[in-house]
Amino acid sequence: MEQRRLFKGKRTRTPGGEIIVRLTGVRKRFDSDTLALDGVNLEIRAGEFFSLLGPSGCGKTTLLRILAGFETPDAGRVEIAGRDMDGVPPYRRPVNLVFQNYALFPHMNIFENIAFGLRMKRLPEDEVRARVGWALELVDILGLERRRPHELSGGQRQRAALARALVNEPEVLLLDEPLGALDYKLRKQLQVELMNLQEELGVTFVYVTHDQEEALVMSDRMAVMREGRIEQLGLPEALYERPQSRFVAQFLGTSNLIPARARAEHEVETPLGPLRVLQKLAVGQDYTLSIRPEKVRLSRRGPNGGNRVTARVDDIIYTGAENQYLLDAAGFELVAFTLNSDIQEPGYEEFDYDEHVVVHLPEENLVVIHE
Amino acid sequence: MNRRASWKQLVATVAPGALWLVVFTLVPTLLIFYTSLLQRDPHGWLTGPLTLENYLRFLGLSAEGFDPLYLNILGRSLLLGLVTTVATVVLGYPFAFFIAGSARKNLLLLLVVLPFWTNFLIRVYAWIVIFQRKGVLNVFLDRFGLDPVLLYPSWSAVYVGTVYTYLPFLILPLYASVEKIDWSLLEAAYDLGASRFWGFVHAVLPQTLPGLVAGVLLVFVPAVGTFVISDLLGAGKAVLVGNVIQQQFGASRDWAFGSAAAFVLMAVVLAGLWLYARWTGERGMEDLV
Repeated sequence: MEQRRLFKGKRTRTPGGEIIVRLTGVRKRFDSDTLALDGVNLEIRAGEFFSLLGPSGCGKTTLLRILAGFETPDAGRVEIAGRDMDGVPPYRRPVNLVFQNYALFPHMNIFENIAFGLRMKRLPEDEVRARVGWALELVDILGLERRRPHELSGGQRQRAALARALVNEPEVLLLDEPLGALDYKLRKQLQVELMNLQEELGVTFVYVTHDQEEALVMSDRMAVMREGRIEQLGLPEALYERPQSRFVAQFLGTSNLIPARARAEHEVETPLGPLRVLQKLAVGQDYTLSIRPEKVRLSRRGPNGGNRVTARVDDIIYTGAENQYLLDAAGFELVAFTLNSDIQEPGYEEFDYDEHVVVHLPEENLVVIHE
Repeated sequence: MNRRASWKQLVATVAPGALWLVVFTLVPTLLIFYTSLLQRDPHGWLTGPLTLENYLRFLGLSAEGFDPLYLNILGRSLLLGLVTTVATVVLGYPFAFFIAGSARKNLLLLLVVLPFWTNFLIRVYAWIVIFQRKGVLNVFLDRFGLDPVLLYPSWSAVYVGTVYTYLPFLILPLYASVEKIDWSLLEAAYDLGASRFWGFVHAVLPQTLPGLVAGVLLVFVPAVGTFVISDLLGAGKAVLVGNVIQQQFGASRDWAFGSAAAFVLMAVVLAGLWLYARWTGERGMEDLV
């Protein structure tokens, strides 16, 4: 986890600040009959790095645009910094938006772009200059202020867009997939810089992304959205470790989803045979079990029973850091990832095609989903 | 790549364009300039020796003193061009946005282009039918008990006809710019605290400038040189520099003076464009070229 190491600040998960954004029953329908937002309730605390994650069309961008004031909700209430935003135009809201395509003014140089918000507030010229200078330094593009946007690289444009928003000292900074157009390396680097910046300034970030890794890495809290609703909301760890729906389990990372029927309070019948779980179940009820591929343990031989089944190796995908095994357990397909660590290490094993292995699904790693 | 090959490539890529410019622009212009330095003989043919007489005559400088006859005509033409340009911008700018925002874009564009399917002269004659003493307009006014107006022949009719003729030339390039507007820039301006007015000035207007500049050129330049519209709707009484030039090549048979007048007109228009480019700065220059 390189970016964690580079991250300078100490993450204070769940900042205890007051609630700065509150959405109550927000609905939005566009001309077609699909609901863009279907009764969203959401509270974001001051100083929080909050991510909205979901596939395209899930309503995350609509939610952000409602916060910015570009869309009006059909129903529900939006409060920012304690004020009802009903009828408040974008230019009177204490928020700023970093656009996906940056939306820098092409006919202005970078200085004029960043100064725009301050000029609209009619600040005195020396203050404008001082604050633009501060913003340029903040995002590390000092010296580029005389250039036009088209003369900058993608990363520099992104920084300029960030500076243009932050220079206005918004209560909440809205970011609409700001790193989407950049290549992988640059994205990783800017993720760390954004986190540092957010920590340093203490500004609330509401960050829209479809990149689950980005959301997991950067957020204090995050919400996974689906079809206009918030599917699950919480700490990144909580969402990853304890998904409450099949959708979240599959959208965040990879999951083995195993259909199950409770046979006893802590035992289920599955296509893999009987499995034990920690959670207390209602006998006769149908559930889905979810287990992360990296939490499936493989070995050549092991004791029988205790959530162990045998399987045949169908395919092996080498991804560098991991070996990904596609397994056939009595006709049911399982995926298991093993870390490509030091071969000398005791207990390290690699498996071959068609080899029969013992698959261990530890009960503490099995998540019960009520679906 | 060796030097020889690159030289050949240069010739191959530049030569067709250069040839085109020489044949269709440079040679005719030089011919007109040469003609403008000649004189008319008693039979209306061109003859030497070379002289600046034609230019002095146009500028009204002669042995008998200063006579601004032709300069006044040139001034009237420039005024017509200027007023026409302003009027087409005022009418066409909102209309281009109206088309771009409409659900029936193609129909509206068709309506803008539709007049071109009818002969230009007939369209100008149509204005006579509207404006004449017992024309459509006066019949209409009479219905409502209003006094008739005499608009044909008059300068007003010439102005209306010119604006009518050149309006599509402003709308079409402007529409092309409006269609391409990146509206997220307007949202960005609003987000940064711009009101509707400043949002338009800073985020929308600059994006329409290329189309606006192209449209202004397409309207101003031909409007200054027009002679058919003034001839028909002014019934020979509205004389513009275009009429003067046309007359020299027709009835008066003084090609030398006509060439000189054409050259002065060209110089004035080019000087105007140069000033315009200077005034709008680097960007305006780019748009002109």
